Amino acid sequence: MLDIKKIREDFPILKRQVNGKPLVYLDNAATSQTPQQVIDAIVDYYQNYNANIHRGVHTLSQEATDKYEQARLKIQKHFNAANSYEIIFTSGTTHSINLVANGFSALIKKGDEVLVSAMEHHSNIVPWQMLCERTGAILKVIPMNQEGELRMDVYDELLNDKTKLVFCNHISNALGTINPIEEIIEKAHKVGAAVLIDGAQAAPHLVADVQALDVDFYTCSAHKICGPTGVGMLYGKEDWLNKLPPYQGGGEMIAEVTFEKTTYADLPHKFEAGTPNICGGIAFGAALDYMNAIGFEEIAKYEHELLEYATQELLKIEGLKIYGTAKNKTSVISFNIEGIHPYDMGSILDKLGIAVRTGHHCAQPIMDFFKIPGTVRASFAFYNTIEEVDILIAGVIKAKSMLL
Amino acid sequence: MEIKEIQEEIIDEFSMFDDWMQRYEYMIDLGKSLPLINEEFKTDDNIIKGCQSKVWVHAELEDNKLVFTADSDAIITKGIIAILIRAFSNQKPQDILDADTHFIDEIGLKEHLSPTRANGLVSMIKQLKLYAVAYQTQIED
Repeated sequence: MLDIKKIREDFPILKRQVNGKPLVYLDNAATSQTPQQVIDAIVDYYQNYNANIHRGVHTLSQEATDKYEQARLKIQKHFNAANSYEIIFTSGTTHSINLVANGFSALIKKGDEVLVSAMEHHSNIVPWQMLCERTGAILKVIPMNQEGELRMDVYDELLNDKTKLVFCNHISNALGTINPIEEIIEKAHKVGAAVLIDGAQAAPHLVADVQALDVDFYTCSAHKICGPTGVGMLYGKEDWLNKLPPYQGGGEMIAEVTFEKTTYADLPHKFEAGTPNICGGIAFGAALDYMNAIGFEEIAKYEHELLEYATQELLKIEGLKIYGTAKNKTSVISFNIEGIHPYDMGSILDKLGIAVRTGHHCAQPIMDFFKIPGTVRASFAFYNTIEEVDILIAGVIKAKSMLL
Repeated sequence: MEIKEIQEEIIDEFSMFDDWMQRYEYMIDLGKSLPLINEEFKTDDNIIKGCQSKVWVHAELEDNKLVFTADSDAIITKGIIAILIRAFSNQKPQDILDADTHFIDEIGLKEHLSPTRANGLVSMIKQLKLYAVAYQTQIED
């Protein structure tokens, strides 16, 4: 059993008030809050060993390099990558996806097909559309059903020997659906296609084992798993990372440079041009330490309780509809009340100190599918409480009475 | 009435409210009573970008005065536009251009003023002023 009261003490921000009310933070799918342990790691870096890495002979630089590379090892271990150089530090999931999409420009050609799921975040749609524009490849969509589950029967039909790439999120940010990525990966590999899984929403809730999944690329952002913003990771199988050309040119990513020719550094540095977010990378490692000390199994179990309770209580409100009712889902609830615009609901909830996300959640195709302008999304983390769910429910009822 | 007088009147009305809830309830009522835009003007051209909700604003010149009609699919947004329209509609374009907008601040809607806010109040004001520029040019011609 998690000691939520004790866990909450790790998060200074949870003590603050918003609009005169205690903060009820239910926008965890957008960004999670930061525990003192991670804040301390950030402060420690700037107070004690702030220096550029990989190139200084002086002590500070070596200390910073050690800690940064230790963080890479922590990430490798967490995702069970075979080699630490298969972990590339990026600025986040969006950067990771762009890195891969850009690299594939050199590997796919006109008429090749790439598959995307119907429930992607814009960051896992637009880079691939740009890839298709550059190369003449064709983008095809794996549709979903009314519950917000992927139509795996259609996926089977879409796969063929022209399919070169499949990309899909592990968990949908707008609906909370946990996608059957094992099956998606296995079937894609049968036709020789590579798979990129966007793990941004999964990383806070479960541990993906990239070797067991046999996934080609997996990516996530630190700021959704109690880490800082502006840093994330891309896992890529060694073979693929060797095949992809570098994304950006600059310092750190070279072996030798003359005006005639440059040779690139080995993995992972080939993809890490310029001075990276050193402090961010180290804090990312600290965040994984923090989450692992609590334990992902316990986290998932507790968040599921929050999800079940919140779902049950929300559905008691007349006119309320939940979008994303997959059997296998995580602690994200997207909803609307008939006749109320999500923006109005979100504005009133904010006045009550409740932070939710409103809008299309950077997933407009999903909103188009359900023919709605957007939803109100409450997303729960392991530091949320049953009492906070009750405050949300009371807030939604209050807002409803004001708006209708 | 001049824009400044109308703004003072709005400030007076809002000063009667004790808390945000009364202010919001009033705005919601205003939103419900907003003179709606003709359906034919609810076009993509008239949509104001930068809002989480859809906002349409249409302007017409009558007797050298600019008359605004608007609509939104969100009721609070509609209330905010209703306040703006009350302050700026039926006024000469040059007066609209000269008018300041700090009354928004004074009626406790400051939080809506930040340019990065999703509701796009800043975009709405900008749009009203752009209409005023366009029609002012037309009058001068």
